[in-house]
Amino acid sequence: MRLEPLPSASPWRVLGVTLLALGLAFILVGTVFWVYGQNPLEVYRAMFAGTLLEAKGWQEIFRRSIPLLLIGVGLTLAFRTQFYNIGAEGQVLLGAVLAAGVALFLPLPPPLSLPVMVLAGALGGALWCGLAAWLRLRFSVNEILSTLMLNYVAQHLVIFLINGPWRGKDVRGYIYSDRFAEYQQLPVWPGSSVHWPTLLLGVLLALLLQFLLFRTTLGFRLRIVGENPGAARYLGLAQGRLLLLLALITGGLAGLAGVGEIAGIHHRLIEPSQLSSGYGFTAIIVAWLARGQPALVLLTAPLMGLVLAGGDLLKVSFNMPFRIVDVFSGIILFCLIGSELFLRYRLRR
Amino acid sequence: MEEIVNALARALSFGTPLLIACLGAILNERAGVVNLGVEGMMALGALAGFAVAFGGGVGDGNLWLAVLAAMLAGGVAALLHGFVTITLQANQFVSGLALTMVGLGTAGLLGKRFEGQPLFNQPPEWPFTLGAVGLAVLLTFVFYATRLGLSLRSVGENPAAADLLGLNVSVVRYAAVVAGGALAGLAGAYLSLVYRPSWTDGMTAGLGWIAVALVIFVGWSPLRAVFGAIFFGLLYYLQFRLQGQAAIPSEVFASLPYLLVILVLALSGLRGQQGNAPEALGKPYRRGER
Repeated sequence: MRLEPLPSASPWRVLGVTLLALGLAFILVGTVFWVYGQNPLEVYRAMFAGTLLEAKGWQEIFRRSIPLLLIGVGLTLAFRTQFYNIGAEGQVLLGAVLAAGVALFLPLPPPLSLPVMVLAGALGGALWCGLAAWLRLRFSVNEILSTLMLNYVAQHLVIFLINGPWRGKDVRGYIYSDRFAEYQQLPVWPGSSVHWPTLLLGVLLALLLQFLLFRTTLGFRLRIVGENPGAARYLGLAQGRLLLLLALITGGLAGLAGVGEIAGIHHRLIEPSQLSSGYGFTAIIVAWLARGQPALVLLTAPLMGLVLAGGDLLKVSFNMPFRIVDVFSGIILFCLIGSELFLRYRLRR
Repeated sequence: MEEIVNALARALSFGTPLLIACLGAILNERAGVVNLGVEGMMALGALAGFAVAFGGGVGDGNLWLAVLAAMLAGGVAALLHGFVTITLQANQFVSGLALTMVGLGTAGLLGKRFEGQPLFNQPPEWPFTLGAVGLAVLLTFVFYATRLGLSLRSVGENPAAADLLGLNVSVVRYAAVVAGGALAGLAGAYLSLVYRPSWTDGMTAGLGWIAVALVIFVGWSPLRAVFGAIFFGLLYYLQFRLQGQAAIPSEVFASLPYLLVILVLALSGLRGQQGNAPEALGKPYRRGER
C-alpha cells in the first residue's frame, strides 16, 4: 500500500473523509466514557435524546451556537490568513467587560444604550486581538502564545472588576456586578434564552464575510496573504496592515459574542468561567470544520453547539465534569487534522 | 542574606517544573517538531503520578512507580501528537492545541475522584531539582558532543540532508517527541507530588504554556533554560511575597507571569532570538518534496 497524490479533492471526498473523521472521534470519546466507568451507548443515547428530541434541548443548542457562530466566522478568516488566534476566550471576556462598563457606568438615553454596548464590546475584543497582531508585527511575538497569555490576563481582569470596583451592591458572598436595566438586555425568543438579534447578526456576518472573502478585492488580498505570502510580497500587498485589519475583525466578532452572553443571558458581568465556558476553544473546531468557508460555519456551529449542550446534560445526568467538552473538542480536532492527509492523497495497493 | 537564600530556594523550587517541561520542549523542537500540548501532557502526568502515589487511599503507592507512570502518561500523549504530525503530516500547531484540550479534559474527567484528597507520602524535592539541572547539562553534552545529538539536530535543521545520509527522520522525530512528552509528564508529577501534593483540575495553570514560551526566550539552549527557569521562579516568588503587602490588588500579581511571558517574547523578538530556531521547525517532512 502506498499514498498517491490527488490533484484536488472532490467535495464528496471532503464530505466523506470529514464524516469518517467525526465518526472515529465519537468512537474514541466513547472509549473515554468507558474508561470513566459509563456505558458509552447509554451516554450517547442520553446526550442525543436530551438535545435533539426535546424542544428545550434545541433551544440549548441554539443558545450555545450563537457565540460559536460569531467567533467561528472570525476564526475561519484568521486561520485562512495563518493568524492562529487562540485567544478568542479572552476577547469574549474583554467584549463583555467593555459592554458591561457601558451598561453600568455610561448614562445614555435608553434607546442608545444597547447599540453602544454592542459597539463597545466589539471594540474590546478587537483591541485585545489587535494587541496580539501588533506584537507579532512589531516584535515577532508568536500569536499563539500571546493570545493565550492574554486569555489569562483577561480572566484576572474580570475577576478583579467583579470582586472590586464593579462588585454589585445587591450581592452577598457571590461575585458579580449589578444587574443591567431592562432596556440594556437583548430580546430573547419567548420562553427561551436564545437572544435572536445576536443570532441574526451571526448569520448575516457569516454570509457577509463569505462574500467579502470570495467576491471582493480585499478578500482576494487576504486569501493571497494566507495562501502564498511570497506572492503577496511580490504583488506589493501591505501584509502588516492586512493582518492587523483581519485581527481586528476576528477579535471584534469574539467581542460581540461576549456582549451576547452578558446582554442576552446573564444580564450582568459574571465570573469568567461561567461567562465563556470554553467558547473560544470550541470555536477553533467550528472554524476548522468549515475549512475556511465562513458560510459553512452556519452548519458547523450548531454541530459543536450540540456537543456543548450535550456536555451540560452529561454534567447533570451522569455527574461528569464539564471538562468532557474539552475531550470532545480535542479528539474531534485530532481526527479532523489527521484525516486531511486523505484529502491530498489516496491509498493505492 | 537569609532573605536572598530563601528567595533563591523558592525560585528554584518553582522553576523546577518549568525547567523540566522546557527541556522536554527543547528536545523535541531541536528535532523539528513543535508540541504545544505541554500543558495537556503536564496535566496528564500530574494526574497519573498522583493516582499511583495515592495507591489505596492511604498514600501507600510506590513513589518511583508514580513518577514512572507520569512519564508514561506524558510519553503516550506525545506519541499521539507524533502519529498525527509525523505519520499523518498534520499541522503541528493545531495538533498541539488538540493535545492540550484532550490532556486537560481527560485529566479533569478521570481526576474527579481524586479532587480534594490529600497525599500522605511525599517525595523529597531535591532529586527533582538536581536532576533537572543535571539533565540540562547532559542535554547540552548530547546535543553538541555526541553522534546522537548531531543526528537529532540535523533532523531538525535539514531533514532532507539527514535522510540522504541514511538517517530515518521519522524514527528520530518520534523518539524526540516521546522523550519530550515524558519530561512534560514528569514536570506535571512534580506539581502533584512535590509542589502541591494534591490533585485539582486546572492545577497546571498555564505553566506548560510558559515553558513553551521559555524555549524561545532561551534560544533553544538547555543551559540557558536553567537560568530562564530560575528567573521565572523568582518572579513567582516575588508574586507571593508581595501579595497582600502592597496596596496593589492580588489579581495584578496573578496576571504578572502571563504579562511577563509576553514581554519576554517581545524582548526575544527584538534581539532576533527567533533566528536560533531549528530551520525545519514546525514543518512536516515529506520525502522527495521541497
